[in-house]
Amino acid sequence: MKLWQWLFAFIVGRVLRRHPPPESSAQEPTRIVPAGTPERSAENLVLVLLGLAVVFALGFIVVYAEFSPKGMSNSLLGICLGLSLLCIGGALAVVAKRLVVTEELEDDYPSAHPEQQEEVAQIVHESGSRITRKRLLVGAGAAAGGTLGLAALTPALSLGPVWDTTPLDLTPWRHGVRLVDDQGRPLRADEILHQSYYTAFAEGADKELLASSLVVIRLDPDKLHLPEGRSDWAPEGIMAYSKICPHAGCAVALYRNPKFPAVQPSPALVCPCHYSTFDPFTGGTVTYGPAGRALPQLPLMIDSDRHLRAAGNFSARVGPSWLNVRERPTNA
Amino acid sequence: MTDPFVEPVRFIDERTAAAPQMRKFMRYLFPDHWSFLLGEVALYAFLVLIATGIYLALFFDPSTAKTIYHGSYTPLDGVRMSDAFKSVLDISLTYKGGLLIRQTHHWAADVFVAAILMHLMRVFFTGAFRKPRELTWIVGLLLLFTALLEGYMGYSLVDDLLSGMGLAIGYGVGLSIPVIGGPAMLAIFGAPFPGNPHLWSRMYIAHVFLVPVLLATLIGVHLVLVMARHHTQFRESVRHTQKRIVGVPLFPGQAPRSLALMLFVAGLLFLLGGLIQINPIWQWGPYEPWLGTNGAQPDWYLGWLIGALRLMPGFDVTIGHYTLIPNPFWGGVLFPLVVLGVLLAVPFAERRLTGDRGVHNLADRPRDAPGRTAFGVAFLSWVFLIFAFGAADRIFVLWGLSYNVQLFVFRIAIWVIPAILYVVTRRWCRALQVAEEVEAIQESAEEDIRSRAKARAPTAAGGR
Repeated sequence: MKLWQWLFAFIVGRVLRRHPPPESSAQEPTRIVPAGTPERSAENLVLVLLGLAVVFALGFIVVYAEFSPKGMSNSLLGICLGLSLLCIGGALAVVAKRLVVTEELEDDYPSAHPEQQEEVAQIVHESGSRITRKRLLVGAGAAAGGTLGLAALTPALSLGPVWDTTPLDLTPWRHGVRLVDDQGRPLRADEILHQSYYTAFAEGADKELLASSLVVIRLDPDKLHLPEGRSDWAPEGIMAYSKICPHAGCAVALYRNPKFPAVQPSPALVCPCHYSTFDPFTGGTVTYGPAGRALPQLPLMIDSDRHLRAAGNFSARVGPSWLNVRERPTNA
Repeated sequence: MTDPFVEPVRFIDERTAAAPQMRKFMRYLFPDHWSFLLGEVALYAFLVLIATGIYLALFFDPSTAKTIYHGSYTPLDGVRMSDAFKSVLDISLTYKGGLLIRQTHHWAADVFVAAILMHLMRVFFTGAFRKPRELTWIVGLLLLFTALLEGYMGYSLVDDLLSGMGLAIGYGVGLSIPVIGGPAMLAIFGAPFPGNPHLWSRMYIAHVFLVPVLLATLIGVHLVLVMARHHTQFRESVRHTQKRIVGVPLFPGQAPRSLALMLFVAGLLFLLGGLIQINPIWQWGPYEPWLGTNGAQPDWYLGWLIGALRLMPGFDVTIGHYTLIPNPFWGGVLFPLVVLGVLLAVPFAERRLTGDRGVHNLADRPRDAPGRTAFGVAFLSWVFLIFAFGAADRIFVLWGLSYNVQLFVFRIAIWVIPAILYVVTRRWCRALQVAEEVEAIQESAEEDIRSRAKARAPTAAGGR
């Protein structure tokens, strides 16, 4: 026979094989997933939901493209994206509830494998049978690994001035440093009024330095009961306290100053984070709340131009408590 | 007709030899109960966090270098602020769609932690933490606490006034760790906070890479451990036993359900992000250490810590002029560590107390273990009351209830109410058990009567 005949026979064979007669149901392999009846209505619902998802997604693109950043409605964007996602989710829920066959199957919970447990242990045990000085070798290995680990961790000390805690104690206040407001303008004694509350900083210092910011208030000098040695810290009743709460470092941003002292509690400085309350009459002692020590006070003096100046450093270290916080500030 | 799926499956199997695993994985069974979806909600919130987080990372500038704002939000024109805060203002108010993504990210974080917590309660009250699932429980707890850290860093990075106050408190709490607090905080923050440039680059890499990778790893381990032992199941029928699991296979039953849940979670989060404002930072303004706002509240999942810090009576433990235990340690460090420690110990403590060392694949109903349920209710109420006190200043503003009175009441209530709830819950569980027993006895008696009536019936018929 000729080659083309072979070829023809082969092609005919292939074509016939590709189109076998429809199999009878008896020959069909047994199903794994059980059959169910088709549900056209559920399919239609899925189509509708997916169509809506397309609409909302297009809506998102249109909103994004059409509006300027200022005129764009964030809610419209959220609605489009959210509803598009919800529609696809809804379509999947319909698929799960009505289109996919719901099977309830049983299976064994996995159990332990005692034989293989023993074999694993045995392999480990037997693998080391040539080693005579196990303890020594394990100890040496641990020493090597531990030392190397320690060496690898050492550079972490460069993350901060770990051994040197003096940065925690940085203060810009010295004898004679002027008090300025947040614009850098020196504060004059006469602008400090009763019933009011001023924030001040050390002249020339970084305002973000924890010890820089102060609360400045004026109280009746006759009513002050300052601790010993502070009698001249509040000239004309003007006093300065650190604005940083010694509890957790928030700004002591509230000045309670009652209009009717007869029925309301006395003036106090209050931190709004955890409501530590400090008595300015007695040198910043804690009268309420969780703070564990008094608000540091800064001694003041008034110079010949009537400007406010520091007469020294704080009565105590500024900021949240830590191990050495009760040591007197350096350069006091 | 050749099955169109044969070729691709053959292609994969001939190159990976994975057909047996695929076959098994597709028919992996999920017991059917709504409460088992809580963990999935957390998983999908995490996916939304990653997707929105990648977007935000493309626009966020983790720098504390100062700049003067002249952007599209005119009320802050001319205000000095960090590049970090400015970039978040731009994301929120200048870039198209940026606010939607940012708010969705924030909502997703709140939902993520909430879903983990709900999931934790479900697992606790059904005793699903028992052998052989103790490791899953431990990994889940580590996940929860890592998620708290991740969320805290997320809103700290923004450098608005609230985030700065949160960081200041975090720094203060860190300093309060006995003895090592000062050096440890200097190492972590790089310098005293505020006013140091190192922190932002560190916090940024931690928030967008280190901690997410840790979270993803923990989630992976958690899921592998769940699959290794399968889910627990309730005793719904005689077919549900300690040895046999009854459920819906992953494919085709569970896959579309779970994907639907994923899209519902994502859709709702984007609706929240679009419709409900969260953390409008342009109203808070940039952080400066000397500024504070009244009534500041952190994201809900840190409320328990602010409550604990506020409840604590004011004292530092000192030796000479050394401050051994600064006050924030109790509420900010010890309290969360106690909560974590108690939860970690739960599976082992229960095994110790009950002497039950068996394998448990059947989930309890809360009433089935009155002691455990009562302890859980008491413990959760303790944490919740401390959490609730974190909002005492808001309650004062809303309803005029004196803060001082609330402080006094809460300091007593956090101990008394859990004790009362313990007793009540225990008795309630017992009562439910007894009621069920009575019902069962009645039913069997009625069954008895009915069968006797049936037994008599043929004779009556025969007598006719």
